[in-house]
Amino acid sequence: MTYLLKRLLATLPVMAVVAIIVFMLIHLSPGDPAALIAGDSATADDIAHLRTQLGVDKPLWEQFALWSGNLLRGNLGSSIFTQIPVTKLLAQRLEPSLSIAVLTMAVTVLLAIPLGTLAAYRAGSWIDRLIMLFAVLAFSVPVFLVGYLLIYGLAIKAHWFPTQGFVSLSQGVGPWLRSLTLPCINLALVYIALITRMTRATVIEVLSEDYIRTARAKGLGVIPVLLHALRNAAIPIVTTVGVGMSLLIGGVVVTETVFAIPGIGRLVVDAVQRHDYPVIQSVLLLSAGVYVLINLLIDLSYRFFDPRIRY
Amino acid sequence: MRIRRFFTVACMTLSTAGICMPMTAFADGKVFRMVPQADLKFTDPIVSSNYVTRNFALLVYDTLFARDAAGIPRPQMVDKYRYFDGGKQWSFTLRPGLQFHDGSPVTSADVIASLERWQAQDNYGRAMVAAGAQWRAVDKMTFTLAMKDPFGQVLEALSKSTSLPAVIMPERVIKAAGSGPVNEVVGSGPYKFKRDEWVSGSKVVFVRNTQYVGRSEPSSALAGNRSATIDRLEWIILPDANSAMAALTNGEVDMIEQVPPDYINLLRSDPNIKIGATGASQGALVLNTLYRPFNNEKVRQAVLHAIDQAKFTTAMGYPADMRMKYCATFFICGAPGDTSAGSEPFRTPDLAKAKQLLADSGYKGEKVVMLLPSDYPSINGAGLVAIQTLKDIGMKVEVQSMDWPTLVARRTKKDKPEAGGWNAYPTVASAQAIDSPLSNFVLGAACGNTQPGWPCDKKLDELRLEWTRQTDATKRKTALDNFQKQAYQSVLYIPLGQFSGAFAVRKTLKNIERQVGDIPMLWVFDK
Repeated sequence: MTYLLKRLLATLPVMAVVAIIVFMLIHLSPGDPAALIAGDSATADDIAHLRTQLGVDKPLWEQFALWSGNLLRGNLGSSIFTQIPVTKLLAQRLEPSLSIAVLTMAVTVLLAIPLGTLAAYRAGSWIDRLIMLFAVLAFSVPVFLVGYLLIYGLAIKAHWFPTQGFVSLSQGVGPWLRSLTLPCINLALVYIALITRMTRATVIEVLSEDYIRTARAKGLGVIPVLLHALRNAAIPIVTTVGVGMSLLIGGVVVTETVFAIPGIGRLVVDAVQRHDYPVIQSVLLLSAGVYVLINLLIDLSYRFFDPRIRY
Repeated sequence: MRIRRFFTVACMTLSTAGICMPMTAFADGKVFRMVPQADLKFTDPIVSSNYVTRNFALLVYDTLFARDAAGIPRPQMVDKYRYFDGGKQWSFTLRPGLQFHDGSPVTSADVIASLERWQAQDNYGRAMVAAGAQWRAVDKMTFTLAMKDPFGQVLEALSKSTSLPAVIMPERVIKAAGSGPVNEVVGSGPYKFKRDEWVSGSKVVFVRNTQYVGRSEPSSALAGNRSATIDRLEWIILPDANSAMAALTNGEVDMIEQVPPDYINLLRSDPNIKIGATGASQGALVLNTLYRPFNNEKVRQAVLHAIDQAKFTTAMGYPADMRMKYCATFFICGAPGDTSAGSEPFRTPDLAKAKQLLADSGYKGEKVVMLLPSDYPSINGAGLVAIQTLKDIGMKVEVQSMDWPTLVARRTKKDKPEAGGWNAYPTVASAQAIDSPLSNFVLGAACGNTQPGWPCDKKLDELRLEWTRQTDATKRKTALDNFQKQAYQSVLYIPLGQFSGAFAVRKTLKNIERQVGDIPMLWVFDK
């Protein structure tokens, strides 16, 4: 409990540093939201007037004080462009991002761990080589290319899935799954490749341990031995799954763009292109928070797999 | 059963947390889905001159006058109007039954509040103010306009369909906004904006305004009956061109507002898709007239002599049937402002003459800082040809490649080019943005203006004023010719050629042939 409290408290300075760095990086990069809003036929006077109205002409320290003060009160502010509160923008984007992340990781874990274990058990055989060939290909082919191929084959030609868009779970499980199938396959291929290789390497290492040899010598079956080995090989696999989950929630911009999924990744990219400061700052800060929390959960989960670990 | 229960519980939990989105996919009635040219970033059409905001505005708001397919202003919200005293005095009466989306009636007070706000922002509006425009409400339905000086562009101004259209909003919304942008979208146009379903960067939703009172005349471009036949309109934001093409091919969207040039021929081969022209546009090389070398008229003329428009429009990627080899006017060939006056010396590219003029100008090899947008392939293509053209006549060019949002911010900097400013950048403008001495986004800028490029030509300003004062068509044409002759003399920017963009629709749509120009006529389409 003390460890948990310490870790949670340790996130505060991390978040503060992230907040300052993100704020400075965004504000010091070239760009002007007022000029973008005003458009081609605006004069510099129009733009300066708009800058004042939007409050982006204030000194940096004042803008930072205003933003951080609001943040401490739980107010993330509103988009400079759409005037929509950032909390609403996040709520709109959270469901697609969480849906993709959970579904992709579920598919990945269900396929990658058995495949990696099988490859490790049959290391050097044609099955191992076939699985590794798949892993190399899935990891090497660019995500956008696989995305387009999936759209062409399974959406345009076969008409099994839509080419783009996200359907909310509130509109039915079927349409929700249908809208997520192609983006999830697209993303899962990369993670399956990564975790399959990770599982294979760690399971091979564990399978060569003395206690496994002893278990085999005592006549334990293949499946119990592999399950035993897998638990001991779990820590690096769980770490990779956790980091993957953070990355998936934080945004997978290419896949979200190709399949037009309104996730957090596109929200950030759009906001960066527009210099929509409140959105960028808040979303990046929250992403950092999610990353820190998932890492904490990963660390805590180590005890489940290895009771010798103490905090 | 358990799975269904699990998902039901999960969704109820998410709904409670405000995460699940509202039901939208299975809306009743006719649903039309279009991929707009860009994401809707801002909803106030009097603050933002972006085309996507203008298109948004023309769906939810109405205007007093509107241009028909021939570009002629026709009454829209106005029932009757008359003018006298040589066009200095005007009287207008609104059509009966007009009401805003909140149910309140449209009154003279709303009109005057809207137009006074618009006049402070728009080139036409500012010209009207300069001519002494005074609006006055006579009663709830009637209002007058009094001008101190003659002004021959009243109807053109009130019907302008380019950026910053003179749309009518409720007076209370304008008052609530004060000097800032209007956030509440309450118009009286054919569609109502569904703010609660707006997912910025993903979807913009409109529903048919069932209270809309259309005109009795058939629709013609923005004029006539604009009653919508589509019940629900969705703008689907697809920033990736391949995804947009796939969605259209698969029937998931009905229309792509602007097809990238590379995809036009590809879609033409699809039997289910129709490609149409969106109306004319012009490529332009904007020059910074504050600093050397382009503060020198002779240098600007030298560059114009070197321009081969066909090369530019080819590099922009448009098919041969959608681009012109040469267009002599600054104001769009084939449009009411089409004139070849003053163009004679520049009709044929002449590198030798350009080099000679450059040498005579006293050009001493100053570096030209060219801002090159990397994320607009067609403008990038034009920019690359411009760079080579400048080099061909002996100019030194420093290319600074950047994305469009960065360029938009950079071009407002008045600093010296070597201190973070710039000398030139390529862009494109649609017909309505450049089709007259007032609307043209560079030539329309008067001396003392603060528009990027910061051109100043007092003679041009006088000729523009002369043009705005003409109420007689023949005299106005003469004034236009004189204006263009001077524009060719001072070369405040370089026209890079005329082309037409393309839209794509599913052939199952009805009334496709009634789409005119680059504004999607989303009230004429039917399914």
